[in-house]
Amino acid sequence: MIEFKKLHKSYPIGKKDSLHVLKGLDLKINEGEFVSIMGSSGSGKSTLLNIVGLLDTHDEGEYFLNEQKIEKLDEKKAAILRNKFLGFVFQSFNLIGYKTALENVALPLYYKGVGRKERQETALKYLDKVGLKNWATHLPNELSGGQKQRVAIARALVTNPKVVLADEPTGALDSTTTDSVMELLTDINNEGMTVFVITHEEEVAEQTDRVVRLKDGVIISDEITEKGKLTGRYV
Amino acid sequence: MKFLFDKDTWQEIYSSIRKNKLRTGITIIGVMWGIFLLVVLLGAARGVENNFNRLFGNFATNSVFVWAQSTSKPFKGFQEGKGLRLKMSDLDAINREIEGLEFVVPRHQGQAQAVHNFKYGNFGVFGDYPMLDKVQKKDLVYGRFINENDMKDRKKVCVIEEEIYKQLFDADVYPIGAYIKLNDINFQIVGMYKEGAIGTGGPQGAIHIPFTTFQQVYNRGDSVGWFMITGKKEYDIKQIEADVKLLLRNLHSVHPQDERAFGSFNLGEAFGKFMGFLKGMQFLTWFVGIATLIAGVFAIGNILLITVKERTKEIGIRRAIGAKPWEIKRQIILESVFLTTLAGALGIIFGGLILMLIDSTVGSGPEATLTNPTVDIPVVLIAAVALIVFGTLIGLIPAQTAVSIRPIEALREE
Repeated sequence: MIEFKKLHKSYPIGKKDSLHVLKGLDLKINEGEFVSIMGSSGSGKSTLLNIVGLLDTHDEGEYFLNEQKIEKLDEKKAAILRNKFLGFVFQSFNLIGYKTALENVALPLYYKGVGRKERQETALKYLDKVGLKNWATHLPNELSGGQKQRVAIARALVTNPKVVLADEPTGALDSTTTDSVMELLTDINNEGMTVFVITHEEEVAEQTDRVVRLKDGVIISDEITEKGKLTGRYV
Repeated sequence: MKFLFDKDTWQEIYSSIRKNKLRTGITIIGVMWGIFLLVVLLGAARGVENNFNRLFGNFATNSVFVWAQSTSKPFKGFQEGKGLRLKMSDLDAINREIEGLEFVVPRHQGQAQAVHNFKYGNFGVFGDYPMLDKVQKKDLVYGRFINENDMKDRKKVCVIEEEIYKQLFDADVYPIGAYIKLNDINFQIVGMYKEGAIGTGGPQGAIHIPFTTFQQVYNRGDSVGWFMITGKKEYDIKQIEADVKLLLRNLHSVHPQDERAFGSFNLGEAFGKFMGFLKGMQFLTWFVGIATLIAGVFAIGNILLITVKERTKEIGIRRAIGAKPWEIKRQIILESVFLTTLAGALGIIFGGLILMLIDSTVGSGPEATLTNPTVDIPVVLIAAVALIVFGTLIGLIPAQTAVSIRPIEALREE
């Protein structure tokens, strides 16, 4: 589903220097996996997510998304691929403040070109799935943090993507809501969705099946968790 | 173009506009003010022009008055200071020799005491041709103007101004058929007219009698007091004035360069100067209006640009969930166009209301300062279209800014 070969990324600093963030990553994530990328800040995990999410481009190496080699993407193509294959969940939820929960969830379908009625129905279905059907007409500032993140997850799922990318999905939540959000992600994964989580919290990583640890732009370990072993997927 | 008719497109625009009520309000006021000024100024300028036309409307403006004075140069054995008099034969010569004439109206002018029963007054008396009615249209209240029969039979009839009627008659007396005495000669009133705003008979009003009668009664032989000459539209009235005066000098044995022998007043020239002033005012109106409009449109662009900065994050989210750059651009341009159009429409409506207000207060009646202050529909449409075009163009700037920010940077924005 996601595959990197010798992936490099640097950011220019000033005119001459550059910061080498990713130093030749090799990683393969198969369909249906529940993977977390662990690392402290500055380890390059956010950069990695941005590249995976087609929000940023890599410098060297190869990146395959859904068996498709990603290169020379213009914004339009990237937008179409994002809409088709990827669902984003952000740390700060990133809901649009003046739209209701339902409208927020329906928005990706709007850009996909889905008709109005079908959009409403699908969005409502996904809101129901995250347990917020009764909150459909509420604005984000009327929801709790956990509820907001669930709306965001519904929005990520609504286009039925190949991968859900979650950037510190629990970073802004307390431990109880963290658990419920992780449970939700687990449920989604159990339904066959590839879930790719970025975190620096050990407890969060433990709830995924596979933990890839990143330090200074290099993968230092790639392990199956206790929970992962139980799934029987990695034999 | 399908998106233009898509309910969702408009819903998106509506919600983003509603989100920023203050900005939307300020933006709309900016452009509204521009088009409002344009409409009101154009309407006012039109009002001034209409008013001017109303005042001079009954008056052939391409005209010149010529009268005789006395020579200022000795010529052909005559000393300077020779008195001159226009004659009926000059009329034929002018009509024969000068090109581009519309009417040449000979007139006589004098003063007379008019008496009716026990009321009397001093008024200007004019000896006139029926033709005068074509050059200075008389707004007749009762009766008729002088006609050919009056001329032929030298009838003692007269046409009086309403002002004179008021002075000589009791109210509610029908003047037609009544007699008034002019210097002890009875004249029957055949017509009464209302004077236009530009008086021609002096403050006391004018009495018109047939030209031939005037000649006879006042013993003027075949002389003419002055000529009122109107030229066709396509001819230069200044040239006609010069030609006529040269011809007259020739006919009356006056030195060809004797400028003082014949006097003249060129109404066309005076009118032209005023029209030039009006044109200048209109140009100024357009200039100010369009400049204000452009300023308003820039205000919209500016505010949208600020909004785009404010909405960087939202735009980033939209792009992360699959909005193509063109879709983002389109929305911002449409917002701009929508705002300018709405503001333009409001400006036109308010401008129209103000013009209606002007019209109902100072826009009608004889004392009006602005008559029918209006704006042509095509002008308004052109202004509206220009607004939409400007709106689109100015919307391009924030739209480009919106998509030039990479989604990742947009999302980092807190």
